[in-house]
Amino acid sequence: MDLALLINGFPPALLFIVGALFIPFLGGKMKPGFMLALPVLALVSIACTPDGSHWGFQALGYDLFLSKVDALSRVFGYIFCIVTFLGIIFALNIDDDLQFCAAYVYAGGALGVCFAGDVFSLYIFWEIMAVASTFLILARRTRASQAAAMRYILVHIFGGLCLLAGILFYVQRTGSTSLGLMQLSGLDSYLIFLGIAVNAAIPPLHPWLSDAYPEATVAGAVFLSAFTTKSAVYLMARMFPGTELLIWLGAGMTTIPIFYAVLENDIRRVLAYSLINQVGFMMCGIGIGTALAINGTVSHAFCHILYKALLFMAAGSVLQVTGKIRCTDLGGLYKTMPLTCLFCLVGAASISAFPLFSGFVSKSMIISAAAYDKLIIVWLVLQFASAGVFHHAGIKVPFFMFFGHDSGIRVKEPPLNMLIAMGLGAFVCVLLGVYPYPLYAILPYPVEYVPYTGAHVVGQLQLLMFGALAFCLLILSGYYPAEMRAINLDTDWFYRSLSRRLYSSSDTILNRVNRVCERVFIQEFTGKLATWAENGAARLLLILMLPLWTLMRLSEDRKTQISSRISTLLKEGAVPIGISLAGVGLLLCGLYLFH
Amino acid sequence: MKKELTVFDKPKNVNRFLYLFYLSLVALLLIDPFIHKHGAFGWEDVPGFFAAYGFVSCVVLIFIAKLLRLWVRRDENYYG
Repeated sequence: MDLALLINGFPPALLFIVGALFIPFLGGKMKPGFMLALPVLALVSIACTPDGSHWGFQALGYDLFLSKVDALSRVFGYIFCIVTFLGIIFALNIDDDLQFCAAYVYAGGALGVCFAGDVFSLYIFWEIMAVASTFLILARRTRASQAAAMRYILVHIFGGLCLLAGILFYVQRTGSTSLGLMQLSGLDSYLIFLGIAVNAAIPPLHPWLSDAYPEATVAGAVFLSAFTTKSAVYLMARMFPGTELLIWLGAGMTTIPIFYAVLENDIRRVLAYSLINQVGFMMCGIGIGTALAINGTVSHAFCHILYKALLFMAAGSVLQVTGKIRCTDLGGLYKTMPLTCLFCLVGAASISAFPLFSGFVSKSMIISAAAYDKLIIVWLVLQFASAGVFHHAGIKVPFFMFFGHDSGIRVKEPPLNMLIAMGLGAFVCVLLGVYPYPLYAILPYPVEYVPYTGAHVVGQLQLLMFGALAFCLLILSGYYPAEMRAINLDTDWFYRSLSRRLYSSSDTILNRVNRVCERVFIQEFTGKLATWAENGAARLLLILMLPLWTLMRLSEDRKTQISSRISTLLKEGAVPIGISLAGVGLLLCGLYLFH
Repeated sequence: MKKELTVFDKPKNVNRFLYLFYLSLVALLLIDPFIHKHGAFGWEDVPGFFAAYGFVSCVVLIFIAKLLRLWVRRDENYYG
C-alpha cells in the first residue's frame, strides 16, 4: 500500500486500539515514548486526512467506512488526541498497564465514534468505549469502585442497546447505513436519541456519571471526563442539530446539577456535577442549531475537555498525595501545594468563563446564540447557570481544597509529570482565552463572532464577581450550607434503592409462592396422584364387579379374597396377558358398539 | 520540607484581599454606564443588570440548595 495513504488516512481509532495491545510488552523508556507518540501520530494523521470517506469496505452487503472526515469530526478528533496526550503525561508515574491499555482503547473508541462513516461502525466503537472506560473505574480496586463500575456498565449497556435497536430500525426503514442528519420522529430516531442521551448524561439519565467518575482512578477520571459525554455531544451535533427538545433538556441540564454540586462533599463529585452542567450548555447550543450555536457548542466542547481535564488532574493530584478528597477533610493546601493550587485556579477561572480564560470565548457564543434567537427564558436560565458554575466549580472547588479552614495536612506537590500535565493544560486554557482564533479557524462554520467587546466583558465580570460577593457574604454570615459527611439522593435511587426493594419483595413473594406450590403440587398432589395411579384401576374394576358378585351371591369372605387378589395383581401390573387382552377386546367392542 | 506559604494566615492579608475584591466590584459598577451596549434584550443595557442578576442568582441557588438538602440528604452509608 502507498505509504502516503497509510499515514494520511490511517484511522486514528485503530492506531490507538492496536497500539494499546503493545503497551504491556514494552519496558524502560520505550513505554512512555511509545505512549506519547501515539496521540501525536493520530493528530498528524487526522490533520493530513482529506475530507471525505476513507477506509471503506463491505460487510454483510452494507457499505462501512471507518474514517469519514469533515470539519465537525476533525475538531473533536484533534481535542481527543490532545487530551489523551495530556492524560498520559499525567499518568506516566503510575505502574498499571491496565489503566494505560484501557485509556487507549477508550480514546480509540471515542475517535472511532468521531470518524465513523456508518451506523454499524459507530455502534461498535460506541460499545468499545463503554467497556474500556469501565476498566478505568475498576482499576481503582476498591469495593466502592467495583460496585460503581457494575452500575456504570449496566447503564451503558442499556444505552447501547437503545442505540442498537434504533440503528436496526433505521437501517430497516431506510435501507441505508449512512450516518447523518435525523429528524426526531419515528421509533428509530427516538431510540437513537435515547441511546445518545444516556451517554450525554441528560437528566434524568445522568446519575451514572456523578456515581462512577468519582470512584475512578486518579488518572482514569481525567480520561472519563473527556470522552463519553463529548462523543455524545459530537453525535448529537451530527444527527440532531436544531432539535427544539434539546434546548429545553439542555437548559434543565445546566441548572439541576448545580444544586447538587453546591451540596456535595466529594470534590470529584462536585466536578462530575459541573461536567453535566457544562454539557447542558452544549446540548442547548445543538438544540438552537444555528451556525453560531453549533460553533459555540463545538468550541465549548473543545475548551471544556481541557479545563475539565485540568480540574480533574488537580483534584486527582490532591487525592493522590493526601489520600483524601472530601471538602470536610481538606483545606489550606495552598501552603505546600502552590503550583497545583495555581493550576486549579486556572481551571476554575476557565470553567467559570472569566475573560482571558478559555470558557469565556466559547460559552459566550452559545449564550449569544440564545439571545439572537430571542429565547428569553433559555437565556435567563443559562446566565443563572453561568453564575452557578462560578459558585461551585470556580470558587467552591479551589476554596475548600486549597484555602478555607486549615486541615493541618502538609504534603508535597505531586510528581513532576503530573505538574507538567497540569501546567500544559493550564497554559492552553489561558492561550485559548487570550487568543481564540486558531480554535475559531477549525470550527465547522466561519466565525464572525467577537468575544471581547466592552459590554460583554463587563457584563460577564459583573455576573461573576457579584456572584462571588454572594458567596463571600453567605460564608461570612454562616448561612452557606455547611460541608457535611452525607450523600444526596439522585435519580440513581430508582435503580439503586428501588431495585433492591424490588429484589427483596420479589424474593419474599416469589419464594412464598414457590413454597406453597411445592407443598401443594410436589408433596400432596403428586403423592395422591401416585396412590390413585397405583390403586385406581383395581378400585374401578371392583366398583364394576361388586354388584355382579352380589348378584352371583358370593360370600363376603370370597368377595374379600377375590378383591385383594385383583388389587394385588393390578398394583403389581401382574395381570396375565390373556386377561389383559380380553379386557382390551371388551373395551374395543364397547367402543365399537356405542360410538 | 520547603517553607510553607502563610499569606492567608494573617487576618490583615485576608482583609486586604477582601478590600481589593470590594474595590473591583465598585469599579465594575462605576465603569458600567460608560460602556457602549447593544444587547439583544433591553434589560441587558440597564447599568448593573448583570451585577444584580449574578448576586440574586447565587443567593437563590443557595436557598434552593438548602431546601433540596432537607429532601435528599442521607447518611453516607445509605446504600450500604
